[in-house]
Amino acid sequence: MVIHPILKLVVQRIVLGLILLLAVSFVIFLGVQILPGDAAQAILGQSATPEALANLRSQLGLNEPALVRYFTWLGHALHGDLGKALTNGQDISHDIGQRLGNTLFLAVCAGVIAVPLAITLGLIAARYNGRWPDKLISGVTLATISLPEFVAAYFVIFLLTQVVHLFQPVSMVFPGMSFFAKLHAVALPVIVLVMVVLAHMMRMTRAAILNVMQSAYIETAELKGLSPMQVIWRPALPNAIAPIISVVVINMAYLVVGVVVVEVVFSYNALGQYLVDHVAKRDLPVVQAVGIIFAAVYIGLNILADLIGIISNPRLRHPK
Amino acid sequence: MSSELNHLLRQAALGKMSRRAFISRAGALGMSAAMAGTLLTTAARAEDTPVKGGVIRAGVQGGQSTDTLDPAVAASPAPFLINSTWGETLVEVNAKNEISMRLAEEVSSNKDASVWMFKIRKGVKYHNGAEMTPADVVATLKRHTDEKSKSGALGIVKGITDMKAEGDTVTLTLAGPNADLPYLMADYHLIIQPGGGVDNPAAGIGTGPYKINSFDPGVRCTFDKFADYWDKDRGHADTVEILVINDNTARTAALQSGQVHMIDRVDPKIADLLKGVSGVSIKATAGRGHYVFIMECNKPPFDNNDLRMALKLAINRKEMVDKILGGLGSVGNDFPINAAYPLFDDTIPQREYDPKAAAEAYKKSGHDGSPIMLQVAPGAFPGAVEAAQLFATSANAAGIPLQVKLEPDDGYWTNVWNVAPFCASYWGGRPVQDQMYSTAYQSTADWNDTKFVNKRFDELLLAARGELDQAKRKAEYSEMAKLVRDTGGVIVPMFNDWVEAVSDSIGGWNADANQELMNGKALQKCWLKA
Repeated sequence: MVIHPILKLVVQRIVLGLILLLAVSFVIFLGVQILPGDAAQAILGQSATPEALANLRSQLGLNEPALVRYFTWLGHALHGDLGKALTNGQDISHDIGQRLGNTLFLAVCAGVIAVPLAITLGLIAARYNGRWPDKLISGVTLATISLPEFVAAYFVIFLLTQVVHLFQPVSMVFPGMSFFAKLHAVALPVIVLVMVVLAHMMRMTRAAILNVMQSAYIETAELKGLSPMQVIWRPALPNAIAPIISVVVINMAYLVVGVVVVEVVFSYNALGQYLVDHVAKRDLPVVQAVGIIFAAVYIGLNILADLIGIISNPRLRHPK
Repeated sequence: MSSELNHLLRQAALGKMSRRAFISRAGALGMSAAMAGTLLTTAARAEDTPVKGGVIRAGVQGGQSTDTLDPAVAASPAPFLINSTWGETLVEVNAKNEISMRLAEEVSSNKDASVWMFKIRKGVKYHNGAEMTPADVVATLKRHTDEKSKSGALGIVKGITDMKAEGDTVTLTLAGPNADLPYLMADYHLIIQPGGGVDNPAAGIGTGPYKINSFDPGVRCTFDKFADYWDKDRGHADTVEILVINDNTARTAALQSGQVHMIDRVDPKIADLLKGVSGVSIKATAGRGHYVFIMECNKPPFDNNDLRMALKLAINRKEMVDKILGGLGSVGNDFPINAAYPLFDDTIPQREYDPKAAAEAYKKSGHDGSPIMLQVAPGAFPGAVEAAQLFATSANAAGIPLQVKLEPDDGYWTNVWNVAPFCASYWGGRPVQDQMYSTAYQSTADWNDTKFVNKRFDELLLAARGELDQAKRKAEYSEMAKLVRDTGGVIVPMFNDWVEAVSDSIGGWNADANQELMNGKALQKCWLKA
């Protein structure tokens, strides 16, 4: 039986990804072990008495050896049971489900605006390479990416909630809110995230297009009398798509896993803040679960980027 | 009525304009003095009369997705406010620092204050419809006193040797006399729960005016008014919400944009700026909370009282209040008590910054001149790092080689506080002196973070606890204060005010020094003005 080389590749990548996830779970476990203090101390904080500590430790099962705890967790996780948080006994799957939804909602909202905008701006910048539209676009996007996220966040809070009363500074979303109410609530973090991810994607689009523009076939197209925008759109963009896609995917991954600062400033109840809270409390089962999700998103999106890169390149699509 | 007159009336009723000014300006609008006077009286009464209905939202910090509703483990501001909204204790300490009755109707003791009787209120219902009973009270206290418990109130209620419910009375027998026991029963951990909360400590079912509708830890808690609540003077809004907004700027912005009606912990640096904002007022309440630098008296070089005294003399308290608290606080005097406590002795001389005396004490201590490390993290208290740097500068000016060592917030309370010989910390204060001293200064206390051991002090503490003669008691507390001030390991540079900000649409706000947001009762007691 002949397996299509692409299918074979997909299976290979997914298996590799799963092995990688297993390794990640162990590294996270080690990392939390190395952190000073444990969940019992973290929960009781300044009000810890030796008796209360001992009571809580035995209640949380922290007296078991570390490896035993890891494999117990792994066994349960493989059966789909993420367990309950050590700190407050809440069901982890339920909490994560809700917060993952919020994380994806924010990422998708930002991505839907940022990706087309970045690519369009990149194409325009490439078209007017070295002239004023290029300089303007590059300058503005560089400025927005250079601004630390929380400064940008405070700036839009000031401008859009205090000067102009358009939006609300606290972006929490809840089940039961209408879609438009949710959109209104996340408007400010979306603006900030678009500002942050725009430049990277825009510059990659511009660079990739300009790179392709050096080729002989572009010259041919120009000599055939195609207009500059047509040249960029037809022969140039498809040939530059692989590097653009990989940068877009990296930025999407960032929008899912790396926006904790923005979440905190806008009190947005998503996964990042949830993870940080539980790291501070050494709540291992939650840290494991969220860490695995983040790693899975990263690995998954990278596999996707590779595949799109391969499919878009005939030489890789039909290896000899 | 003209809108201008309406505005004047509101200003006058809120006390922002004098009665005379109001009458004369109302006269300018063509109104007679008598008429204006009547109008004002009616308006002022309307300002004091609770208005029912509406939604009140509070934005607070200190909430995390790891929080629970179990009152035993509540420690930070968000869980404290949430629990204080759905739950109630036997008694409360009111703004005048007196005991006011809640789930207990009457408190009495035997002659030497070693046996206390609490008559439990009848007809009080839990949110699940069951009736609150004296047996629940005993079960609740048992849960918190149990050696297996992880309650933050364990140290407070440890001295109770026997508790029983008979009829409508709960009788507590103590190991020794304690004239302050009712104050201990007002502790915010000791919320009465059905069956003592043994089966499900985090159920969030209590007897308060609001019952929990939804609880999303570290995000939001929403409440509905509890129809069967027993006290008609509380619970005015239909629904209340507590939003966790940990970021200072976002919390302030949420208040300014009207998303919430009250916020806690306003950064002193921006309190001044907020004063100019219309529709919002800053409420600064002098409380018992204080910031401390802790020297462990049993570890070198801090086992030398001359060195401790040198450091106490080398700190500029006034400068700290001005720069760290923005003036919203008062200077400390190296013992944990201030005028907000009953039986405070205000004749104890204030310790001042005295570089010359500090240099002399330092010389006398015979210290080898190696750097003295002060370990501090930003989270030790707001402005802790800056305060430590100010301290180092003023100490260096006196020739004391004090250096600041920056520690991470993460794990600070585990790895530095109560471990390192010299570090920064804070105390929220307690309602009475006995509780403050027995929590952190008695030689056997779990939280004796200065490792202060003084036999005379311990004797005085026990004697004062059972002393019913207030004059004698005051003298005993005064002697204890002096012992801590002159031989203890604590440096108290400042007492911080509770700094909160409240929307002008909120009525019924009263300063309460006990804890933040009106001792956690802001949502129970305030209302939305019509």
